[in-house]
Amino acid sequence: MTVETSIALEIYVNGDLVMTRAETVAELVAGLGLEGARIATARNGDFVPQRGRVATRLKRGDRIEIVSPRHGG
Amino acid sequence: MNAIEPAAKPPSALTLYGVELASRLLLGTAHYPSPHVLARAVEASGAAAVTVALRREHARGRTGERFLELIEALGVRVLPNTAGCRTVKEAVTTAEMAREVFQTDWVKLEVIANDDTLQPDVFGLVEAAAILTKDGFKVLPYTTEDLSVAERLLGAGCEVLMPWAAPIGSGRGLANAYALKSLRAYFPKVPLIIDAGIGAPSHAAEAMEMGYDAVLLNTAVAKAGDPVRMAGAFAKSIEAGRAAYEAGLIGMRDMAQPSTPVAGTPFFDLSASPRAASDE
Repeated sequence: MTVETSIALEIYVNGDLVMTRAETVAELVAGLGLEGARIATARNGDFVPQRGRVATRLKRGDRIEIVSPRHGG
Repeated sequence: MNAIEPAAKPPSALTLYGVELASRLLLGTAHYPSPHVLARAVEASGAAAVTVALRREHARGRTGERFLELIEALGVRVLPNTAGCRTVKEAVTTAEMAREVFQTDWVKLEVIANDDTLQPDVFGLVEAAAILTKDGFKVLPYTTEDLSVAERLLGAGCEVLMPWAAPIGSGRGLANAYALKSLRAYFPKVPLIIDAGIGAPSHAAEAMEMGYDAVLLNTAVAKAGDPVRMAGAFAKSIEAGRAAYEAGLIGMRDMAQPSTPVAGTPFFDLSASPRAASDE
């Protein structure tokens, strides 16, 4: 077993409350199996561009949106 | 010169934000019975662009990826929307996310005010449009037929306006044809696209005959009994409506006017009018 050094954070991902050990938006996206997928992210209502995901650290209670293309009118 | 005019000139092309479009029909991609029918309907419509959206993706989800591959295979321009956004901030953030995912700075800007009518929140719309145009977006605002709102949107940097014909998905056609005519007359140079409320090809033709530059529709095709045939029907009606506008429609009259020449009518002197005959 590996020793977990980080403390799990309670955050919201697409409206659902989740516990995560991800420390950044990039780690969260990777942990959800969406790395490299054509998605876009926002944190607390603000756009987080792809190049900014590594530097965007998660905080307790953050509301993260992860979206992808869909049909629309 | 002996150049012969072609019998029927094709309608002129529409240019939006410096881009010449392949047709005057923009088609939505929602509510089709299957991805296959969607793809065939887009082809049959000859659409210049298709509208697309962003929705939440699941862990390890590939729904978005699959949809985007389908759209990219059609080789048609995409116009991302901000459908469902209720605030300026939601709309601006959604537009920013869409620009990254779809690699386009075009956005169909929607800020929705009311669940029953899906009416644009025109105050939020103007505010969001100003923010986005400053950030380099080419904004196509979904708006009402209101002239003063149109002025504000142009002031906010929009170069195209997309007034509704009727509420989204209602299929009612041009609910306020008089106001739409006024808008067209008031902004003769601004590209105006009818967006939402179209139910039948005749509605689209009516808008085009009025001088509207294009029509954006979705439900009328997607929920038709045969969406592919309906897409083709709309393509024809929009082209016919545009050609009619460019050809110059006759004005309406209150009374009849004979189309066959009166001069030289046989027996003309004998029965000029029934009343005259009965007087004898």
